[in-house]
Amino acid sequence: MESAVFGISSTTMMVVAILTGVLLVFAALLIAKLIGPRSFTSMKSDPYECGMPTRGESMIQFKAGYYLFAILFLMFDVETVFLFPWATVCSKIGSTGLLSVGVFLVILVLGLAYAWRKGALKWE
Amino acid sequence: MFDFGIVTNWIDALLNSVMPGWLATCVEGVLVMVALLLLYSVLAMFYIFYERKLCGWIQCRLGPMRVGPWGLIQVFADVFKILIKELIALKNTDKFLFALAPYLVIIASMLVFANLPWGNGLQIIDFNIGVFFMIAASSIGVVGILLAGWSSNNKYALIGAMRSGAQMVSYELSIGISIMTMVLMTGTLSVTGIVEAQADGWLIFRGHLPAVVAFIIYLIAANAETNRGPFDMPEAEHELTAGYHTEYSGIHFGFFYLAEYLNLFIVSGIASLMFLGGWMPLHVPGWEGFNAVMDYIPSVVWFLGKAFFVSFLLIWIRWTYPRVRIDQMLALEWKYLMPFGLVNLVIMALCVTLGFHF
Repeated sequence: MESAVFGISSTTMMVVAILTGVLLVFAALLIAKLIGPRSFTSMKSDPYECGMPTRGESMIQFKAGYYLFAILFLMFDVETVFLFPWATVCSKIGSTGLLSVGVFLVILVLGLAYAWRKGALKWE
Repeated sequence: MFDFGIVTNWIDALLNSVMPGWLATCVEGVLVMVALLLLYSVLAMFYIFYERKLCGWIQCRLGPMRVGPWGLIQVFADVFKILIKELIALKNTDKFLFALAPYLVIIASMLVFANLPWGNGLQIIDFNIGVFFMIAASSIGVVGILLAGWSSNNKYALIGAMRSGAQMVSYELSIGISIMTMVLMTGTLSVTGIVEAQADGWLIFRGHLPAVVAFIIYLIAANAETNRGPFDMPEAEHELTAGYHTEYSGIHFGFFYLAEYLNLFIVSGIASLMFLGGWMPLHVPGWEGFNAVMDYIPSVVWFLGKAFFVSFLLIWIRWTYPRVRIDQMLALEWKYLMPFGLVNLVIMALCVTLGFHF
């Protein structure tokens, strides 16, 4: 990879950045554990529900709507992955690339239109 | 423009002359780490102060005023207060995931943070697919938020996390598409390449109308991506208490807060990189004297200034508009922003192919 600051490779710098994130969280947690107070009551460790006693399981089933949007996202995210290489070379390959990507986009928009028509984009 | 590579190369040569090569590399790694940590925390504190002051002025208040002159030390006091709070251990949480979530959120923002072009020769990570890497790294944050909500054993947290997940993945598409529109113009994915391509004109000026439309789409999507502004459903405090971080206490909560403000800086930084020229000064073709004066302002000042300006816009939007409903928000993304973004992309592709842009 290209050299960055100090001529160290970007891959190494990526590891350094990850380590920095880990260090930040770990050090702050350690300080908080050392200087923070500690007490324990059974009420305190209950999940918060507006001061009421909690009812039932907390890891409940959630709406299927979220799942639907996740699937749609997957479709369009993969599309983004395919479009990025084309976007990089678009000015060099010219109209040939534009035509083939146009066909690709039309198919994709048809998919979106189908989802729209079927009501997948409606939140209820 | 002053090339900061001279400074870093000098430090590199100095270290290599007094110690063996592997040790010098280690020391440099530690130096970068310290710089990142300092920048990260100082910028987060600055942003908290910036937002509180601006929000105060927008609401005809003074904002924090008591601690220090103009409330300057308020944020330090808050950080210290949050550090000495108790970390409450909860019943029935998934302990491993509960502890892992803040790490993921912080690492995701740190990775993108290190990717930003701070100045001429001051870029820590510089892949040739830099922009792509940024989009990929920033989406790790969603995983952290989903884990936080799921592992908290709290219904509010779970619903907040699900909303946040749906919102962030949806708006990521718009961000990707508007960034792609700009990549079309420069023809490179490397951050350095994109900044250098804007030496004689920022992309928002060179790209005609499609660039401006992409910038507006990016601003809206960025506001939603950072869970702010009119799109703060995940932590709509009157329905969900605090959303996905309801059960986090003390500094554990602080990490989410920190990452939220850093994400504000990161989206502004990416906006200034993609649309406003990164650290490139403002150049007007033909105005030689003006350009020479602009060149004297250091590149770091240019980058930070643009980022602060974009964040000012985002904060302004946040404190002006009322919160939208979740169905309106998802409709805005899927029925308006994304189709518009795709059409805009095609128009920009036509412009580039026919050679219409400057």
